[in-house]
Amino acid sequence: MKYDIVVIGGGPAGLAAAVEANKNGIKNILVLERDRELGGILQQCIHNGFGLHIFKEELTGPEYAERFMDELKELNIEYKLNTMVIDISEDKVITAVSPTDGIISIQAKAVILAMGCRERTRGAISIPGSRPAGILSAGTAQRYLNMEGYMVGKKVVIVGSGDIGLIMARRMTLEGAEVKAVVELMPFSGGLNRNIVQCLDDFDIPLMLGHTITEIRNGNRVTGVSVSKVDENLKVVEGTTFDIECDTILFSVGLIPENELSLKAGVELSEVTNGAVVNESMETSVPGIFACGNVLHVHDLVDYVTEESRKAGRFAVKYVKGEINGDKENVIDTKPLNGISYIVPQKLRTAYLDDNVSLYMRVRNVYEKATFVIKADGEIIKEIKKTHLAPGEMERLSIKTDLIKNRNISELTVEVVEEVK
Amino acid sequence: MYDIAIVGGGVIGCSIARELSRYNLNTVLIEKNNDIATGTTKANSAVVHAGYDAPAGSLKGKFNVRGNEMFSQVCNELNVPFNRIGSYVIANDEEDMKTIKDLYDNGVKLGINDMEIIDANEVRKNEPNLNKNVVGALYAPSAGIVESWELAIANAENAMDNGAELKLNFEVKNIIKNDGVFKINSENEVIESKMIINAAGVYADKIYNMVADSHFEIHPRKGQYFLLDKVEKDLVNHVIFQCPTKMGKGVLVAPTVDENIILGPTSEDLGIDEKENVATTFEGLGFIKEKVAITTDKINYRNVITSFAGLRAEPSTGDFIIEESDQVEKFINVAGIKSPGLSSAPAIAEYVVELVENSFGNLEKNLSFNPIRRKRIKFNELNDEEKAKLIKKDPQYGNIVCRCETITEAEIVDAIHRNAGGQTINGIKRRCRPGAGRCQGGFCGPKVLEILARELNVKPEKIALENIGSEILIGRTKEKI
Repeated sequence: MKYDIVVIGGGPAGLAAAVEANKNGIKNILVLERDRELGGILQQCIHNGFGLHIFKEELTGPEYAERFMDELKELNIEYKLNTMVIDISEDKVITAVSPTDGIISIQAKAVILAMGCRERTRGAISIPGSRPAGILSAGTAQRYLNMEGYMVGKKVVIVGSGDIGLIMARRMTLEGAEVKAVVELMPFSGGLNRNIVQCLDDFDIPLMLGHTITEIRNGNRVTGVSVSKVDENLKVVEGTTFDIECDTILFSVGLIPENELSLKAGVELSEVTNGAVVNESMETSVPGIFACGNVLHVHDLVDYVTEESRKAGRFAVKYVKGEINGDKENVIDTKPLNGISYIVPQKLRTAYLDDNVSLYMRVRNVYEKATFVIKADGEIIKEIKKTHLAPGEMERLSIKTDLIKNRNISELTVEVVEEVK
Repeated sequence: MYDIAIVGGGVIGCSIARELSRYNLNTVLIEKNNDIATGTTKANSAVVHAGYDAPAGSLKGKFNVRGNEMFSQVCNELNVPFNRIGSYVIANDEEDMKTIKDLYDNGVKLGINDMEIIDANEVRKNEPNLNKNVVGALYAPSAGIVESWELAIANAENAMDNGAELKLNFEVKNIIKNDGVFKINSENEVIESKMIINAAGVYADKIYNMVADSHFEIHPRKGQYFLLDKVEKDLVNHVIFQCPTKMGKGVLVAPTVDENIILGPTSEDLGIDEKENVATTFEGLGFIKEKVAITTDKINYRNVITSFAGLRAEPSTGDFIIEESDQVEKFINVAGIKSPGLSSAPAIAEYVVELVENSFGNLEKNLSFNPIRRKRIKFNELNDEEKAKLIKKDPQYGNIVCRCETITEAEIVDAIHRNAGGQTINGIKRRCRPGAGRCQGGFCGPKVLEILARELNVKPEKIALENIGSEILIGRTKEKI
């Protein structure tokens, strides 16, 4: 099989990329989806709050996905369900498996990686204790609840305050479970502020910042946890331990882009984002292989995923049409400085920049009243004041391309400067 | 009436069951848990030792060396992956080199003739990720790695293929012997047997005490471990032991047959009543990190996929106890099978058959005994042509359920329906690995549960993680909970 563009993953990122590529003039596109339906993880996100930026209205996850699925079908873009990609070679030969097609081998001119992410597990953060029933990651519980229609417990403690954990706190409460607490190691939440308000505060669920689980009690199933305070070095403070009775512990301790396939294709990954290193076109270190959505870096808002994925779709078309000559001249490196953990994209080729450059980033800490200072080769080109910054909320900074184009700049830095209190 | 009841479905009990199925004996394997291979067998270093470190003259030494010799054949017959990758005991100073020489000499006494003491250059050439201060190593080429739980399961399956019975969820509450017949009682069932083989692991003392005044105690000794993601698979090529010192035995760094890396164990003596304490601890996991750093500083702990703990059955006598009781006729203890128990398992089973024969008199051969366990198809290891062919034959091979380990629906269905098949989420994980990868079942868990419920024809709420009482789901939504 041969296609101009193969999109791996039929979630929000893959759908937006495929639709955009089609609209930009390439029709020979194939979307490969491993699940039994398109839409990706949005299908289990039945809460609202999606689409405020892109559609200026509040949609549920499945509704948001459906808009793109409808468009995909209207445009007659080909897709295959129940199809798992097991290999991508550097020369863009994709091997996939499905019950109906068997083994498929596809030669693509361009590939868009949109495989999403997975949840960090309890094991990965080495929370000690036994391994009884009643310990799940929040997303798995969400699937059981929203997709399969089953409850996983009655008395719940949630560890970590990532968005899925917060959403599940409300969801489990609405289904009649008692959510005893959300326990967060850091002094700030990893989730969106709006979720803390709408999912915890509105239901009187305590958010215990600066706390961790120090013991899991259990028989065949969890029977309780011990929770302790931690100090500024995240070490347990003696004498602060208390017990909570529960039958379920949900872990919401971060998401990790799933890049095992990307590695097979020889794509360079960032150690900070765990996603590909990309340029302004969302193109990875392998020419013609693009990445977007949560496989690139973990997002909190699907709207940004859509925006970024459309760009990947548009540039994949340019690549197929031969409009990108791969010139290496005038490449600007973006670099996170004080207070910023990463910036995507990592590289900007000035020849291919739109009128505005979007930089996606996360801050390392909570800041009230701070300024983003953007410098080109050390010289300030823009300052953006913010009243509230938190690691759980991705920031998107937009700067005019004119400020950096044709100036022979080699490095663009962003830092957070806190206002003196 | 059974001829023989084996108490305990760990690697020892399962191996014995298989050896006995070579004869026309009515054998039952009884296990208190909801699956076999759920005690010590599921949580250990999964190393087949060469056998140089047990004292010459001990049962541990004798059975380890013999067991190691038998491993290739047993694993071939049972189609269990076993890689003889060899082991290093690394020395960091001259003191360690002396210890290594002693180990070498002890090994020779035990009949191990292929060991070598190698110098620092040789070590570095073969293990570039070890710390630079290494001065030499004891190389034992016969050491290997195996999945201990798969070995147990394969033995049980083959035993059942050849006529043995398996009873799960049968916790022995008491044993009464009358007129040469043992009545073995659980909560709600009684079975009768002419002979009992006590392979009850950390509970072997408790079982023996039901019929006699036990002359031994079994103390649980906890070992905690880290398991690393496959991205770390090239870290080491051999099983790397630290040199035993006055400060303790040290920890190992080893590849697993599934291409992960295992680190550990701790060695913590627990109270006699703590026979279910398999909780990891901050201190224990911290200890492993600290000790592993002596071997290599190249480990990225961001790649930990899980940590776990297991219990070794530490006998008060210091050595394996494998004998017919001198107080109760036809009661054979196979107790205190601590390390190197896994390595010794085939040899112990072979020897137990001798004990049975001594007790019963000549055993009649089972002429239809088939030593071969049907090979488990591993989709991921096939080439594209073979994969395509399989999917054509059975489309369930085209449904990849576990994305981390590339496990198909057909492999799961097979694991459920074999003899000694898996009926639980963890049982399936042990048999064909969905959930053993980096997402730890986050994605495939609900799918495995659905397949189990469908194949076993039970409600999803009945599917347990491990034992009865560990069901994953508590009921439907919109129902009163």
